[in-house]
Amino acid sequence: MAKQIIELIVNGVSQEVAVHPWQTLAEVLREELNLTGTKVGCDQGDCGACTVLLEGRSVSSCLTLAMEAHQRPITTIEGLAPSLSELHPIQEAFVQTQAVQCGFCSAGMIMSAKHLLDHNPHPSEAEIRQGLSGNLCRCTGYTKVVEAIGVAADKLGGAPAKEA
Amino acid sequence: MAASHFALHQPQSLDQALDLLEMHRASVRLLAGGTDLVPRLKVGALKVQNLVSLQRVPGLGAVAFDPAQGLVIGGTARLSQVAALPQVKSLYPGLAHACSVMATTQIRNMGTVAGNLANAAPSADTAAPLLVYGARVTAFSKAGERVIPLDQFFSGPGLSVLEPGEIITAITVPPPAPKSGSAYQRLSARSKVDICAVGVAANLSLDGQGRVVTCHLACASVAPTPLRCLQAEEMLSGQAPSQALLERAAQSAAAAAKPIDDMRASAAYRRQMVEVLSRRVLVACLAMAQGGAA
Repeated sequence: MAKQIIELIVNGVSQEVAVHPWQTLAEVLREELNLTGTKVGCDQGDCGACTVLLEGRSVSSCLTLAMEAHQRPITTIEGLAPSLSELHPIQEAFVQTQAVQCGFCSAGMIMSAKHLLDHNPHPSEAEIRQGLSGNLCRCTGYTKVVEAIGVAADKLGGAPAKEA
Repeated sequence: MAASHFALHQPQSLDQALDLLEMHRASVRLLAGGTDLVPRLKVGALKVQNLVSLQRVPGLGAVAFDPAQGLVIGGTARLSQVAALPQVKSLYPGLAHACSVMATTQIRNMGTVAGNLANAAPSADTAAPLLVYGARVTAFSKAGERVIPLDQFFSGPGLSVLEPGEIITAITVPPPAPKSGSAYQRLSARSKVDICAVGVAANLSLDGQGRVVTCHLACASVAPTPLRCLQAEEMLSGQAPSQALLERAAQSAAAAAKPIDDMRASAAYRRQMVEVLSRRVLVACLAMAQGGAA
């Protein structure tokens, strides 16, 4: 079957791209648009490395058919930082707390953190851990990641929440 | 994605979707959230020439509660939408729990309740709570509308009474009875993320004297289909809900289970956990129903 032209709106930029119906959003982001910040780990929706925001919600881009994302706003890790010389507060917090080991899970972790903090600006530690339950770190560096998201919540404004 | 090549159809109306199902009936599957279907297509476990996506069909994506009608979950409403509705949290806590802890945030942001039921996995997390709430499935085909009580919906592992050419457009759940309580509890290996190894849901209502009017009890992952425990339900009906009676009902549920050994749990463990979880959910339901009376 021939490729079809779809419109992807990635990080605020609309572009046309030719895709096969069976291509996933993760494949198209990485291989057609060269946005390789989004990683593919398990390619089965278990590990969360491919997490992007679709219409503001975190989704596994490895399970999303690219055609299903036609004309629906997508945010990837490349779209978080406000400029080439600055980082997003969540990214700053990951650097500051050294929440990165090999880095392969980081983009997905940060996108899940973005979804969490968008919906719950003052998460408890338990809520942070729950919010990351769809992201695996094979270096097992979870403690620092949880800490980073707490720091990010503070940076984004508001006092840290008390443990429920 | 290498294993499977297919055409993807994205109809803009229910009629178009029904036409596409008919036109491609030799090899077609419906696509809702895709969280079960896409992994199977990727590994070649499922081969199909046509997918009909429901995501752009208008009017299927809503979740709404009305005190007279109850809860209506649209055919493409996502698990996270159901979990977030305040009336689901307060009036259908067993369903809210299932929709907020199953799988992962990303999967709940994609997967639909209708898809969870249509896949008919014995472990489907929304099935047990929806069974105890008396849910009904509304399906449309070229022949018109059909309403299927959920306790007549499942026919085997991965099998339901849905016909080819039928599309689930809504799941409706009646409003809760006065002085009622409900709950769902589940066990799984990777925190709450893994497919559930055992799950039990119950929904119990009391009369003015504190006797049980009706109690519904259903289990996940312990039989070829989601399982209603009718004998346990009958034991409770009309009775004063003593601890000893709840205990006996939990034992009856364990006896009704037909679990198997698999990678998630042994049959013996599952049977024992049906009893434990049944007792826990019945105690929780009773406390909630009695609390509502105070």
